[in-house]
Amino acid sequence: MNESFIDLADVTVRFGGADNPQATLALDRTNLRIAQGDFVALVGPSGCGKSTILKLVGGLLSPSSGGVIVNSREVGGPARPRIGLAFQNPTMLPWLTIRDNIMMPLKIVEPFRQHYRAKKKGEYAARADALLAQVGLSGLGDKRPWQLSGGMLQRASLCRALIHEPQLLLLDEPFGALDQFTREELWAILQTLWLEQKPTVLLVTHDLREAAYLANRICVMSARPGRILEERHVDFARPRSIELSYAPECAELVQALRMRIAEARSDMASGAVPTLPVKPVPSIDIVKEAA
Amino acid sequence: MKLALTTRQRQRMLSAFAIVAMFVIWELICVAFNISGLVLPRPSAVFAVLFEKMPLLWPHAVQTLYTTVTGFALGVLAGILIGLVIGSSRFAYDVAYPLLVGFSSIPKVAVVPIFVVWFGAGTVPAVLTSMVICMFPVVVNVATGLAHTEPELQDVLKVLGARKLDVLWNVGLPRALPYLFASLKIAITLAFVGTVLSETVAANKGIGNVMMIASGNFDVPLVFAGLFILAAMGVALYVVSSMIEQRVTGWATRGNEVVIT
Ligand SMILES: Nc1ncnc2c1ncn2[C@@H]1O[C@H](COP(=O)(O)OP(=O)(O)OP(=O)(O)O)[C@@H](O)[C@H]1O
Ligand SMILES: [Mg+2]
Repeated sequence: MNESFIDLADVTVRFGGADNPQATLALDRTNLRIAQGDFVALVGPSGCGKSTILKLVGGLLSPSSGGVIVNSREVGGPARPRIGLAFQNPTMLPWLTIRDNIMMPLKIVEPFRQHYRAKKKGEYAARADALLAQVGLSGLGDKRPWQLSGGMLQRASLCRALIHEPQLLLLDEPFGALDQFTREELWAILQTLWLEQKPTVLLVTHDLREAAYLANRICVMSARPGRILEERHVDFARPRSIELSYAPECAELVQALRMRIAEARSDMASGAVPTLPVKPVPSIDIVKEAA
Repeated sequence: MKLALTTRQRQRMLSAFAIVAMFVIWELICVAFNISGLVLPRPSAVFAVLFEKMPLLWPHAVQTLYTTVTGFALGVLAGILIGLVIGSSRFAYDVAYPLLVGFSSIPKVAVVPIFVVWFGAGTVPAVLTSMVICMFPVVVNVATGLAHTEPELQDVLKVLGARKLDVLWNVGLPRALPYLFASLKIAITLAFVGTVLSETVAANKGIGNVMMIASGNFDVPLVFAGLFILAAMGVALYVVSSMIEQRVTGWATRGNEVVIT
């Protein structure tokens, strides 16, 4: 595919005003292209601007300079693509049932919006229940958010991000607060849902194994101001099994990514400009990381 | 026989007992120190007057209740509207807040003469006073409730292309409801204060007016009878509004949602 679905061209984001010397330069002439239907993971040191990229693509933030194109249109225009969004924090509304929470996008997004009153009891509710079943929450649609555990809420939040069949799915550390087993189960579920609906996915994560298991492509970012340092294509066959994420070839990939981020971090610590860094001896880096 | 009482029942019984005990102690003090009925009438005397003069007091009680409820309704309505405007944008909030603080710190006694000049003595200034006095807690609570929507949730909705009105209707308003109801309990009590204040200054009807005339005649038991009626009505309306609150915003008291009162 030549035409990219998402195209960030020389995007700069400065928080705190253009002429403010105290302003934070979050992104500096960053470039990123993502093809339609691709699954891209964004990794990098904390505070490097991963969430900022996500917000740019979602149209929640305008760049200080540069262009953000999604679906061949400038972001922020009237005709926006259908987007689903999920954060680490599930943010369910406590006065609605889980099912009504999940159906919220259908209440807002066209063309579902105009049929919401007519279909909320029938077709839409059935769709919500089917999704709930897929994430392992069948029969819990009538519960209230406070009656569910954190992991269950996160599953529901994933349903809410997917119910309107978005063209673009934006995930910001969605599994960050979960235990290992739930997390791996949700990876598998997310992979299945992606294989079915084929939305373009941009996943921000701190878990490198998560990135290696889920993504087609992994982008490693430098320390702030963030730039894409390196891109890795992940060619493991689909559907991938959880065992794969423990296999040597995956471990190798994770190790390589880890090293790259450690480098980016040490640049930050030494205050160096994050252009192409001199490669330090890996073993020293690992010792430093472990200490 | 063993009495099995829930904590709630026990608490209610103790509350009732405390009220009765207060009257008993009051009565005993009056008898023991031989206090004149012109200074502090015994509760039994007050109840006797209350019973005896009920046909006379009743229309005044109805008048006061009517004035209070009307003022309360208008005040809450105005409070919700102003609160919505102020709370729905950060900018409006910052601009209007000093103005609001200025208005709410005016002693409300001072507005009664102004209303009397504008509308003459009677029901209208009383309604307006109670409206003005009970409006501010509603405004502040609604605005605060609206301002409390989590930024992440707003992002989830904005990404869907939600309009400002969508966010207000689906998230802002329900989120503000517990704050609104918490303020209603305060507002209803304040509405009474406003009504009686205005009635004592400029009216020819209402419990406030009765108490004013009675105190001019040194009919102290009648003054206290008026006080009892006000207390009873105040408690009744408080109970009604907190019952409605329980029904409408039960979700806010469950889970770890915290409501600020
Ligand atoms: N609204 C804001 N105002 C000012 N500075 C901001 C704002 N949002 C982000 N920043 C700054 O921009 C930089 C990038 O933030 P961002 O949230 O994108 O980081 P991140 O890569 O998502 O970090 P993490 O992995 O810790 O979530 C940070 O240094 C942060 O302090
Ligand atoms: Mg982040």
